[in-house]
Amino acid sequence: MKKELVVRALENGTVIDHIPADKLFQIVNILHLDTMTDQITIGNNLDSSKLGKKGVIKISGRYIDPQEFNKIALIAPHARINIIKDYQVVEKKICEMPDEVYDVLHCVNPMCITNKQNVTTHFHVVNKEDRTVKCHYCERYIKAEDFILK
Amino acid sequence: MKSLVSISDCSKEYILRILDLAEKFEQNPNNKLLDGKLVATLFFEPSTRTRLSFETAVNRLGGRVIGFSDAATSSSSKGETLKDTIKMVSNYVDLIIMRHPVEGAARLASEVASVPVINAGDGANQHPTQTMLDLYSIKKTQGKLEDLTLSMVGDLKYGRTVHSLLMAMRFFNPKFNFVAPKELRMPEQYIDYCRKHKISFREIEDMNDILKETDILYMTRVQQERFTDLVEYEKVKNTYTLHNAMLDGSKDNLKILHPLPRVNEISEDVDDNPKAYYFEQARNGVYARQAVICDILGLI
Repeated sequence: MKKELVVRALENGTVIDHIPADKLFQIVNILHLDTMTDQITIGNNLDSSKLGKKGVIKISGRYIDPQEFNKIALIAPHARINIIKDYQVVEKKICEMPDEVYDVLHCVNPMCITNKQNVTTHFHVVNKEDRTVKCHYCERYIKAEDFILK
Repeated sequence: MKSLVSISDCSKEYILRILDLAEKFEQNPNNKLLDGKLVATLFFEPSTRTRLSFETAVNRLGGRVIGFSDAATSSSSKGETLKDTIKMVSNYVDLIIMRHPVEGAARLASEVASVPVINAGDGANQHPTQTMLDLYSIKKTQGKLEDLTLSMVGDLKYGRTVHSLLMAMRFFNPKFNFVAPKELRMPEQYIDYCRKHKISFREIEDMNDILKETDILYMTRVQQERFTDLVEYEKVKNTYTLHNAMLDGSKDNLKILHPLPRVNEISEDVDDNPKAYYFEQARNGVYARQAVICDILGLI
């Protein structure tokens, strides 16, 4: 008999779709999914006409807070987040790089004041396409591949 | 409330206004515009030229100065945060002038202070009044800022003065020659900056290739401690020393600038050449700082 894996529809929770395949496990870490006890479905390297290969995460009984949303927006700026309540999609969000990024990234410059004293980090997004940000304090430019999430 | 933290915050209009004011202060450096004003100079790391230049600027305008010239004599040595120090000093003075070894310290200070802050250098990041005096020196010697060829020589990687000057010159259609050994070449961030602002530049390793076409030769010190390979340092250290004979055939209007201290990158036989301008450049710092201080306090 042929067995199939059945992924049930979510009753309540969050679906994150259109995640670039190489970013999926970063998002798993951001959301601390390894410590969750509710059902989680993670798919990766799925065919995608837009991304080539994409990842999808379905999380039961859990929603994304604004800080988590900002982090996901930084590393997967075109991901789509659907909020499910009672089997219905009640909210759709497309992640977008914000203009300003507060308290989400560490500055890579060890001599930056934010790494020396208790100062909330603040970055200006200077290029949304290649996701370059500039530290508000030390003015260092940081490219996406060098991001260090808090 | 205004502060001067970074040259990247300065508009063309602001820069030109400060340079015009500096010219007025040069004509009349001793007046009493700062009479009754108290200025704090907080130098969390030692500096000779910058601190003396600021204190001269204030004193010549009739203001008074309090402060410290070494973090060891301030309460930061007891673990006080910068934020607390600035909030406390804000209670006492009309203006804070601060040098700090940590990058971004000046921005933070400007956000917590209840009085204006002038950045007198924050680590390798910014030193905007140095840029103002560099621009003033260029304008004074060339009669203009537009369409000049500037050759920057030496340590272009760590030298904050060259980075800030490059950014400030974006308004004036400059042509840059970046002359440095590979280890100390202009960082990618500033190369990108030139491309973004359509600033003409080229990168070369031999200073002799550019001397004949240069209007402003901006020398910096190649520091041994910047090299991981000392053999490499030995190979290049004399390549970036300017000798008087090298100036034969250079343009009549050429002027040589240097943020000082000079060590061996400009041979002493250049000092008597009328094209050497680095000591006058330092004097211009007083006028440029008088202009910045009076502008920030709204006194002119």
